Parts: sequence; C-alpha cells; structure tokens
Amino acid sequence: MQAAGSSFKSRAGAALADATLKSAIDRTAGNAETKRAAAVGEFPQFDEARKLGRRIKDHVIVHLEHYLIEFERNALRSGAKVHWARTSEEASRIVVEICRSAGAKRVTRSKSMLGEEIGLPHALEAAGIERVETDLAEHIVQLAGETPSHIVWPAMHKTREQVASLFNEKHASPPASESIPDLVHSARQDLRQKFLTADVGISGANFLIADTGAVCTVTNEGNAELTTTPPRIHIVTAGIEKLVPSIDHAFALLRLLVRSATGGDFTQYTTFHCGPKRPGDADGPEEFHIVLVDNGRTRMLAEGLAAMLRCIRCGACMNHCVVYRQIGGHAYGATYPGPMGSVLTPAIDGLANSRDLPNACTLNGKCAEVCPVEIPLPTLLRGWRDRSWKEGLEPLTVRTGIGIWAYFARHPFFYRLATAVAVHWMRLFRKGGWIAWMPLAGGWTQHRDFPAPQRATFIAAYKAMRKGAPNDNGT
Amino acid sequence: MEKQSGKPRVGLFATCLVDLSRPQVGFAALRLLEDAGCSVEVPLDQTCCGQPAFNSGATGQAAELARQLIRQFEPFDHVVVPSGSCAAMIKVHYVEALADDPAWLPRAEALAAKTWELMSFLVDVRGYRPTGLVLETTATYHDSCSGLRELGISRQPRDLLAAVEGLELRPLPGNDVCCGFGGTFCVKYAAISNAIVGEKAAAVEATGARLLLGGDLGCLMNTAGKLSREGSSVRAMHAAEVIAGMGKGPAIGEEG
Repeated sequence: MQAAGSSFKSRAGAALADATLKSAIDRTAGNAETKRAAAVGEFPQFDEARKLGRRIKDHVIVHLEHYLIEFERNALRSGAKVHWARTSEEASRIVVEICRSAGAKRVTRSKSMLGEEIGLPHALEAAGIERVETDLAEHIVQLAGETPSHIVWPAMHKTREQVASLFNEKHASPPASESIPDLVHSARQDLRQKFLTADVGISGANFLIADTGAVCTVTNEGNAELTTTPPRIHIVTAGIEKLVPSIDHAFALLRLLVRSATGGDFTQYTTFHCGPKRPGDADGPEEFHIVLVDNGRTRMLAEGLAAMLRCIRCGACMNHCVVYRQIGGHAYGATYPGPMGSVLTPAIDGLANSRDLPNACTLNGKCAEVCPVEIPLPTLLRGWRDRSWKEGLEPLTVRTGIGIWAYFARHPFFYRLATAVAVHWMRLFRKGGWIAWMPLAGGWTQHRDFPAPQRATFIAAYKAMRKGAPNDNGT
Repeated sequence: MEKQSGKPRVGLFATCLVDLSRPQVGFAALRLLEDAGCSVEVPLDQTCCGQPAFNSGATGQAAELARQLIRQFEPFDHVVVPSGSCAAMIKVHYVEALADDPAWLPRAEALAAKTWELMSFLVDVRGYRPTGLVLETTATYHDSCSGLRELGISRQPRDLLAAVEGLELRPLPGNDVCCGFGGTFCVKYAAISNAIVGEKAAAVEATGARLLLGGDLGCLMNTAGKLSREGSSVRAMHAAEVIAGMGKGPAIGEEG
C-alpha cells in the first residue's frame, strides 16, 4: 500500500511543517504513553507476563503448521468455512467473491489492519460494493477519504476540531458541538441503520484459537459485535501469526495487549466468534468464513524475521517512537507505520520501495523496551540496513562517505593526518567556539551549530603531553 | 595481565568524536582512571569503533574495524570508553558484526567481557568516589539511549555527580527520550532529527539548569548545538569533565 508519487523525505517534510498534526499526535500518543506507564506500574508481574507472552508466540511460530491444521479442523467442525490466501490479492479476491456470490450490496467492516494490508477497502470499492467502516476512527478516515495513520487509533492525525468539521460537512445529523459525546452521537446516527441493513460483516481477528476454531476480537466501541452479528454472512480476515493454542493463551496475551495499547486493564468488548448460527441460537450469521492470510509471513520466517511474527499490534512502539511522534503515520507511506511498520513494510512491499523506513530511526531502543512481546525491533531494523547495503540499495553518497571514512579508520597513519587537517580546516569556519556553517556539513549546520574542535586531536595532544613528561617510554 | 604494581592495566579508547572534537573528555577519563588506581595506556593507533558503518548496514567494514580494535585492545585487563554508545558497540555489537567469523568471534566475546563505559567502570568495577570536588551550579542530566538501554547506565553517573559539592542536579523530564542524534541519522534525516532535538533543547531549557550533562559526546554536541542555535545560555559538558574536576573549564562550543 505504498503511497504513490512521493518520497518518504517529502512526506516527512510536509508532516513536520504541519503544527496541527503534531498537536493531534501528541494528544493521543502522549495520553497513551502516560496511561500505559500507569497500567504497567500497577501490574507488578508485567515482566513475567511479557516473558510468557513471548514464549506463547514463539511456540506457535515454531509449530505454525501444527496449529494451523488444528485451527482449520476445529473451525470446520464449528461450521465455519476456511480459506487460505498466499497473497494480498488472493485474500481480497476471496472476500470479494464471497460478497458477490451472496449478492451483497452493502458490507460493514470492523477495524482490521490486516484488511488494510491486503487492500480490502479498495477491492470492495472496485467491485462496486458499498463499504461501511464501523470503528469510529475508521469511519472518520473513510469520510475524509484517507488511510489509517496508526494501528490502534486510525484517526490519530486528526484533532477533535477537525473531526467536528468533517462530521458537520458529511453527516445528515451533524454534531451539536465539538464535544466527544456529541461527535459520537452524530456518528451513531449515521451508522446505526447501516449496521442493521448490511449483507456481510467483515472483521479481523486479534487471536485465532486453535483448539476450538474460535476467533477473538477486541474493541472498545462494540462495533465488532454489531458488524458480525446482524448480517447474514461474517467474514474474518486474519494473518496466520494470530494463532494461539487455546483461550488461556489468548487471555495471557490480552493482559499485555490492552495495557500496552490503551493503558486499560481490559477492553470494553472481548468477543469469541465460533462458527455460524446454530439451530436454536438467538442470533449470529448464517455463514461464517475465515480467510487465513500469509502475504509474506512464511517468507519472514525463512528470512530471520520470525521475532516480528510475535507482534500483537498494540501500537506501543509507535506511541513511544521519537520519529513517529514527529512525522505521524502517513509519512511512512505504508499500512503499518512506526517501528513495527518499518520492520514489516520491507517484508510486505519489498525493500527497494521502502529502504528509507529502517534507516529513518535513531536505534534508541525505546520501542523494544516497551514492546509487550520483547521484539528486538532495533536489531531487526538494522538487519534491513545490512540487507539494503548488500543489495546495493543505499545511495551512492552514503556508500562513498562510509567507504572513504572507513578507509581512513582502517589506516591509523592516514587517519591521524586526516584528523589533523580536519581540525585545522574546521577551525577556519569558527565564530567564537561554534561553527554555524561549513561546506559539506549542511545536514548538521542547517539546524544546529557545530562545536569547533579544540586545537589538536586527543591523540596528538596526548602524544605532546607524553613527550613533555619525564621518564616516559611511550605507549 | 596485571602490572607488578597490582594496578589493573586499562586501555583507554577515547572514541573518534572525543579525539576530533573534544580531547578534554579524553584527559578527564585519563585523570579519573588514574585516580581510581588504574595504570592507563592510550594505544596511539586507535581510530573508530566502526559504529557508523555498522548502523549504516556496512557490516563488512564494521567487522574490519572491529578486528582492528580487538587487536589493539586485547592485551589490556580492561578497555574503558567515555561513551555509552561506543562501549555498547564493542560490548554488544562486535559479536554480531563478527558472528560469521569463527576465528574472531571468541576474541570479540573476550573483549566484550572486559569493555566498560567509563562511569560504569568507575562505580561498578572500581567502587570509585571522587573527593574534594566543588562546582557551584545547577545541572541536568540526559541519559543517552545506548548507555541506558544496552548497558544499563543510569545510577552510576548520578552517584558520581552526587559527590560534587554545590552541584544541584535537576531532573530532566524525558531524560530517557532520544535527542535525535542517532549517529548518521542526524544528517541523513536532518529535518526529523532537528524536530526531535528541538524538543530536547526545550526540555533542557525548561529545567532552568545552567549546565547540561551527559555521557555521550554525540548526543551532547547535538543538543548543545541546538541550544546554541536557539540562543540559549545553557552550557553543556561531558559528565566525566565535571567528575574529573574540570567543570570550571570551557564548555562545548566555548573557546578555551
């Protein structure tokens, strides 16, 4: 889902110039950061829970084949239909065909990043099927004709004021004020009838429970339940890494997911969907389809990215990322933004299309520190840099710069000469102790001053000092 | 390989940034290590740990520099580095850079085991506590990310700074948030780096402290350079300089 026609740097530059965007991101992400810290602080076993979460995910990843087969067997037994999709195109096609064969005119969709990953919104529109996003933030994004900018808060890039004016423009019953209850009321008026008249409801999955064939979704708005219960058909699209052995394992991960995402103890709605409506059931869909999507995941297993398949999509890494906090999600130009996205996107879209993402990171390690399943994100990001270098994707300027510098660093005699020259040369540009401009240093001096070097390098000054010292045999 | 004096033999790796930009930090480290009872040597052919190459993905070039540094420093009892990120490069990442080199991997592991960031070495290995230090000023401390997260350095510099009479250390909100330096990141993605360091500089300024301290010259140069550009009067120094009694000398960007 690469945004066409613009580079990462130009998108980032536009985002940096948008003060409203910055304040929108800081409001929501800052709030999430504070709440997460409080939730983790009140949960003394958080570290043990993380270790357990990591073990559960690693176990499933190692035994993926076993659990996939077990899940399929139990899902079929519950009356569900199970579909397998290798690519995003296959996955979208399967969903569209189910909708078409049911004669569906209107589908409701409960927020699913996997749906975004496989390009489902676009595929439904192309098939002429009306798509109704039911998650409040996804509804906002759909009205604005945008894409999600965060995996938990898709409309993080918008302020409440911007949402109010959007609803005023697009809703039949506009909000009475900019207050959140009035905004929610306006959206509810707009959405409620659509929930009840949809032919198909499409959701994602937070967990696929292997030993029962059930699918677990969590929301805070109840829209997943309204999306999946009234329509005749419920379609689940899920990445194969969402498997867990049993419901207990799902709960172990839920304790981590909710605290890491919103700082709550638990989501408002945690639902287990298991098969279609049975005789005697009060409600539920007549058909229940589960589309299991690979789209690069088994390749990630083979390419040393298995740890990334632990990801439970909590968004903590992006809330705590200094780069995300400055540029927001859209600048990444991909379905998944922030640190986790910068690891996933090259695997999904190809490194040649996304080499900036793993590079645009200071490797400060905060994302790994807050990750609830201990994904070594900086190590994985550096792994992509390594590959980008090996595949010749790094720009010539970078390769030349590193090459020249490394040559000198490997030849201490020339290095001493070069640093001595550099010190003298740099001092030519100093005003007081600072250098405000210097050729070839624009990347630094455009934004900050550079401290002028002292008169000689440390090694030169140290040598001079030792020479002056008596009884010295040198080093 | 202890000297007959019984003093541990320490190899000081000054780092390329200290060598080029702020030798004062190297001399502070020398003074502190000697004061902590070590016999200090400075291998004169040292250059850079290879981190810029490693973090750019040029793992092969980083591995060559790793072999060079291992060769230079493996004779010592300890290797001490006045930088969390360069120390972490040697201590944590050399084994990654040389993972495919069975001849060098054990040598990388052996060097990693005896490599220390300066303040961690002084406190954790030598139990050092400076005496007779006075510096009347207010300061705040930024925890550089590599030192903090890869080496667990947080308490050690504060313990050492607590021994300086007259020094009031004020908490820095977001002390563990990256300053936006990130090595080559700060020039490759200059605009993003600038936005990040802008927030760091504002946070430093808001503490009202007169002096910014830290344990990594890269982060200090980045933040001090931004403070200077914004016209701030906050000064910046490596914490080792203050602990070595050089706190009254010129700060970063001041002529000595």
